[in-house]
Amino acid sequence: MQANKDISIRVMPGTIHGIIGENGAGKSTLMSILYGFYRADAGEIFIRGKPTIIHDSQAAIRAGIGMVFQHFKLVQNFTVLENVILGVEEGMLLHPSLARARVALAQLAEEYALEVDPDALIEELSVGQLQRVEILKALYRHAEVLILDEPTGVLTPDEADHLFRILGNLREQGKTIILITHKLREIMEITDTVSVMRRGEMTATVKTSETSPEALAELMVGRKVLLDVTKGPANPGANVLEVENLRVIDADGVERVKGISFAIRAGEIFGIAGVSGNGQSELLKVLGGFQKATGTVRINGQEIDLSGHHSDGQTRRARGIAHVPEDRQHLGLIMDFTAWENLIFGYHNAPEYQSNALLMDNAGIIAEAARKLERFDVRPPSPMLPAKSFSGGNQQKLVLAREIERNPDLLLVGQPTRGVDIGAIEFIHKQIIALRDAGKAVLLVSVELDEILSMSDRIAVMFDGRIMGERDPEKTDQRELGLLMAGVGTEAA
Amino acid sequence: MEFSTLIQVLDSGVRLGIPLLLACLAGLYSERSGVFDIGLEGKMLMGAFAAGAVASITGSAWLGLAAAIGGSLALAAIHGLASITFRGNQLISGVAINFLASGLTVLIGQNLFHLGGRTPPIKGAARFESITLPGADALRDVPVIGPVYYDLISGHTILVYIAFAIVPLTWFLLFRTRFGLRLRAVGENPESVDTAGVSVLRLRYTAVAMAGILCGIAGAYLATSAPSAGFGKEMTAGKGFIALAALIFANWRPWRALGATMLFGVLEAVAIRFQNIDVGLFVVPVQFMQALPYILTVVILAGFIGKATPPRAGGQAYVKER
Repeated sequence: MQANKDISIRVMPGTIHGIIGENGAGKSTLMSILYGFYRADAGEIFIRGKPTIIHDSQAAIRAGIGMVFQHFKLVQNFTVLENVILGVEEGMLLHPSLARARVALAQLAEEYALEVDPDALIEELSVGQLQRVEILKALYRHAEVLILDEPTGVLTPDEADHLFRILGNLREQGKTIILITHKLREIMEITDTVSVMRRGEMTATVKTSETSPEALAELMVGRKVLLDVTKGPANPGANVLEVENLRVIDADGVERVKGISFAIRAGEIFGIAGVSGNGQSELLKVLGGFQKATGTVRINGQEIDLSGHHSDGQTRRARGIAHVPEDRQHLGLIMDFTAWENLIFGYHNAPEYQSNALLMDNAGIIAEAARKLERFDVRPPSPMLPAKSFSGGNQQKLVLAREIERNPDLLLVGQPTRGVDIGAIEFIHKQIIALRDAGKAVLLVSVELDEILSMSDRIAVMFDGRIMGERDPEKTDQRELGLLMAGVGTEAA
Repeated sequence: MEFSTLIQVLDSGVRLGIPLLLACLAGLYSERSGVFDIGLEGKMLMGAFAAGAVASITGSAWLGLAAAIGGSLALAAIHGLASITFRGNQLISGVAINFLASGLTVLIGQNLFHLGGRTPPIKGAARFESITLPGADALRDVPVIGPVYYDLISGHTILVYIAFAIVPLTWFLLFRTRFGLRLRAVGENPESVDTAGVSVLRLRYTAVAMAGILCGIAGAYLATSAPSAGFGKEMTAGKGFIALAALIFANWRPWRALGATMLFGVLEAVAIRFQNIDVGLFVVPVQFMQALPYILTVVILAGFIGKATPPRAGGQAYVKER
């Protein structure tokens, strides 16, 4: 397969150049070629006008290219200093290199506001700090061009702001930055120029100031995308889920959920907004059946077990609760198993999947899987492929197909569109709304405010294990929700 | 227990611990680089056979040592090829090497010497002589210091002193040099090494080769220094596995490896010397002493005392991801 087709890109020194595209558009492949991880089959690279051959990472480093990968390449039990010098040690002995790096790091920290304790162990640092170590590594290798691959994917909004300030500093000092992302907001916020990639091709390069998010989205997907979700008014019925005074104390003895109560009716989407780590994940786990809690939870008026003694994912599903977990790669799918197998996990004991008392009806299951893949527009629609060979968006569609097709009374959805490209986001949203319109209850947990605002019929904001307040999406805005998410609120439920 | 008995037990503990120490350090290099090595046993056995065969034919202990290192390196090369280049399962490759060594040594031995897989006993210059350290004779009769110096510290073969010297050398190499930094990094996170522009394959091959050399020395020690010098069928008798246990016990650190292997050596010496030990209330059976190294290792693994943290990337072949 051709991951990059005849691409030309020109990046001007001292600018931040964004590269945007859907998952699998070829952004990472392009950057891997620049960093010497892959070799291009044809084409040339010029650095400051000079043709340069980059056949390995060492050559890229010599050419002044630094790369900050999406998944950090740091040695966990080494100090920051040791990680920085790895591969560029001077001489056989470590001591002189460490001493020199210590001085250099202090200088870099001052120059670019990149403070990290040089003697801290990597495993003790936060994600934001780790990213700073990666940037320091590149700068210590005298990188003039810094490539960042999806740098904010793992960061909290605060950390992302900090990163953008650092990138701003670097640009002021004349460094060139290439920012790979699929988030339109970041492109608009920080880049000078933006290139759009679609299916391995560079579709456009424009000045950021002369474009708009809508125009970029269209270039990315190749058609107009509705960033706003269209949905009719909700038609809520009886209470499906009732939660009263729910408390969760985790394994470390920390109270994560501090007595929350709410109800969700049939035919509505109840959205929970909040900065991640404020108890939403624990709430989903309790309802999904793999976290102990105290309090009362009723499904269709019947109480369900919260002690963990008589409940698990299986018993919850039997009660009509389907769960699309936040972490689909670990909780939602088994990555090495095929799509058809993944499409029945959790329901694999259902009678319709069995041929007889001993054997499963594999032929029937595969045929049904093929139909599900078709209906949920999973690409490629081949049930025999392992889950890991699908892109993020298509993996999410696999999980959704499995859960929605079982026709649950309540659907729990965590971060449905995290790491999912724009085309798939639209599809996923439509499926969730269709389920609501079929009279089912939906609990939507997302850190994306846009998503919460456009999808939900009612919105609750969680902060520090509590529900800070409930809002009508028609009568609230980003600012008000943002304040509640930060813990500034008038009412506490 | 009499003082002289104590010295004797410690002395034989050192002799029994030396092959463990060399094999343990061999495993340390390999596993620190991220390549599990359960083929220590096989490499040692091959080394012992090569040393026994070549020393008995040529009459030179040094040629025997060279052959031992060569034979062990050949098996290390197979392990490297299978698990680094072809990304095979490192445990399976290790098991294969153990079987290969166990079969090959007897087959070749029987073909060459017709002694049922043994090599002829080796004598004289074909064996490494005990070295009397300077002043040992003079100090011999001084109480306490005399026996400790003369019997325990002095009077071993050159290989024993080499083994002890390798401990600080390994520590220095691992924690004070560029090579050590890269070696430790490649066992923890090979991607970090690869993105830094350093070859993961070359580092791992180097480490596996060092394991080969050290196992070769361990094998040579077994074949040329033992009281009944010469190679005997399956003469390593599980030492490679005890060395692996010692490696875990030592938490993949060189000084602790010294401590662990010497402890295991002394335990074995105690088991040989005393058989069943009567502690008054009950008798400790000899089997218990023999099992103690393994029991201690399990206790360590279970996290009762300290915590064993193996290199994170251990056992995984490196595949460059997209």
